[in-house]
Amino acid sequence: MPYFLGYTYVAVFLLFGILIPVGALLANRLLAPRHPDPEKLQAYECGLATPSDNTLPYNVRYYIFALLFVVFDVETIFLYPWAVAFNRLGLFAFVEMIVFIGILVVGLVYAWKKRLLEWL
Amino acid sequence: MILFGILALLALVFAVFMVATRNAVHSALFLIGNFVILAILYITLGAEFLGLAQILVYAGAVMVLFLFVIAYLSAGTEASETGPALAWQLPLGIAAGVLSLGLLLWGTLGAVLTPTAAPPHFGSLAFLGRALFTTYLFPFEITAFLLLAALVGVVVLVRDER
Amino acid sequence: MGQPYLRLAAAALILAAFVLGTAAFLVWFERKLLGRMQVRPGPNRVGPGGLLQPVADILKLTVKEDILPEHADRPLFRLAPLMAFVPAFAAFVVLPFGPGLVSADLNIGLLWILAVSTVSVLALIAAGWASNSKYALLGGMRAAAQMISYEVPLVLSLIGVVLAAGSLRLGRIVAAQAHLWFAVPQVLGFIVYLIAATAESNRSPFDLPEGESELVAGFHTEYSGVRFAFFFLAEYSYVFLAAAIATLAFLGGWSGPFLPPVVWFLVKTYAVIFFIIWLRATLPRIRIDQLLSFGWKVLLPLSLVNIFLVGLFRFI
Repeated sequence: MPYFLGYTYVAVFLLFGILIPVGALLANRLLAPRHPDPEKLQAYECGLATPSDNTLPYNVRYYIFALLFVVFDVETIFLYPWAVAFNRLGLFAFVEMIVFIGILVVGLVYAWKKRLLEWL
Repeated sequence: MILFGILALLALVFAVFMVATRNAVHSALFLIGNFVILAILYITLGAEFLGLAQILVYAGAVMVLFLFVIAYLSAGTEASETGPALAWQLPLGIAAGVLSLGLLLWGTLGAVLTPTAAPPHFGSLAFLGRALFTTYLFPFEITAFLLLAALVGVVVLVRDER
Repeated sequence: MGQPYLRLAAAALILAAFVLGTAAFLVWFERKLLGRMQVRPGPNRVGPGGLLQPVADILKLTVKEDILPEHADRPLFRLAPLMAFVPAFAAFVVLPFGPGLVSADLNIGLLWILAVSTVSVLALIAAGWASNSKYALLGGMRAAAQMISYEVPLVLSLIGVVLAAGSLRLGRIVAAQAHLWFAVPQVLGFIVYLIAATAESNRSPFDLPEGESELVAGFHTEYSGVRFAFFFLAEYSYVFLAAAIATLAFLGGWSGPFLPPVVWFLVKTYAVIFFIIWLRATLPRIRIDQLLSFGWKVLLPLSLVNIFLVGLFRFI
């Protein structure tokens, strides 16, 4: 399949993907009742009145996993071209990639030993 | 070419909105929009892998990180109020803008003035893989150390809390 | 002149109908199976065997009142369901249902699915943040942390397949398994993929983001009506996608004797979906610390070992 034809299909399909929910939302606007009242509009809480600012501080651990993810996501990006070209590259590329992954595994082990992967 | 113009314009609009909006999360969303448009630009230029990598790394990983930080810092506070502008902020900003524009022009003008045809299958994965493991082998291995440094940085960043 | 446009429109319409039909059917399939596994009939009122239950559900959700909670971030609250649904929908465009039966046969088909599905992670955070609800916020953050933690082993397990097939084109990956399914030589990668994909689509036993007993309904606590419906459709689309990739990358895709290829593809995909639902009926939910440490300390090293083994065997 020619390069641009493939992406034309993708573009048309994306357009469909946007039109379906927009259509459904329009249908909802036409068909659904609309009776707002202050109680109904409150955010969910177990029977108590909801405070106007209903967010709360959460664990900083999520942030650490996001940081780790960025590092490993970049690593996987490098693995794709390697995997596709592998058959033509031979032993040399294999060794190179082992070195590349090895360096990152050192980092992972380090983070592990520093108890970064624990949830406290 | 027309498509390129429209997309470039859209990217600019997203970028301007990103800077102009006061809400940090909205700002992040405009940045995501900008990244996605950039990815589409890459794809129209034939670099499909680069385009999707852009979505995976920037729109995926980096923006998740940003949103975590923003949501973490803004939990329990109202929309951020910016303080009074510092006196040296504006001239410094303009100077930095002019400088980066100059660098960009300096870097790209040569390529624009003497266009060379890209080799066949320029953006394809196999081409990229071969280039990565022959011509650019050394930078590639350096990248591994860079990522390792980033990992160590993560460890140092969070060590303080205990 | 008109021919390619006609094919384009036809493909888009058929695929759109397929996605919506599949998501609706999966809702019924899961409820029915769970019912049977728990020795109760499951949905059995609307249509034969309750088959029309999801249609009734969708109709009901469409005519429900649209509630925007007070103090919610309105534009973001409205945008989040779209951000969840559109990528899930767009991912289907590269799925090959049989030889040549594919809308857009991209060079990097597999990467396309992985790339667009990361956008959904952002939708969950956006939904959680925009709702101005502590349950939604916590659910959204948990969902995002879980998805990014399992994304790495998921991608790494698929790298083994790419390595063996030498292409990211889904059709080529299937063709490379003509003699032997990749699930056999790469059994380690297959197991890692199945676990990671289950976690990635936030399904039990990894359904912490929606843990009803602690977080009400997670990131979509405040959502109702059509907006909720689109989160729901996105979730079931991802279940189908996860099973379809398992089929294409590890189970030989559409290849099989006697029956037409499309039938084989669907049979294998539904077998994987059955397995995922079976997991839900069997296993209790795990804790978040167990979840994250399992992903980083077990699945990630295992998937690296898998890549190493696949690479090594290429030389023997």
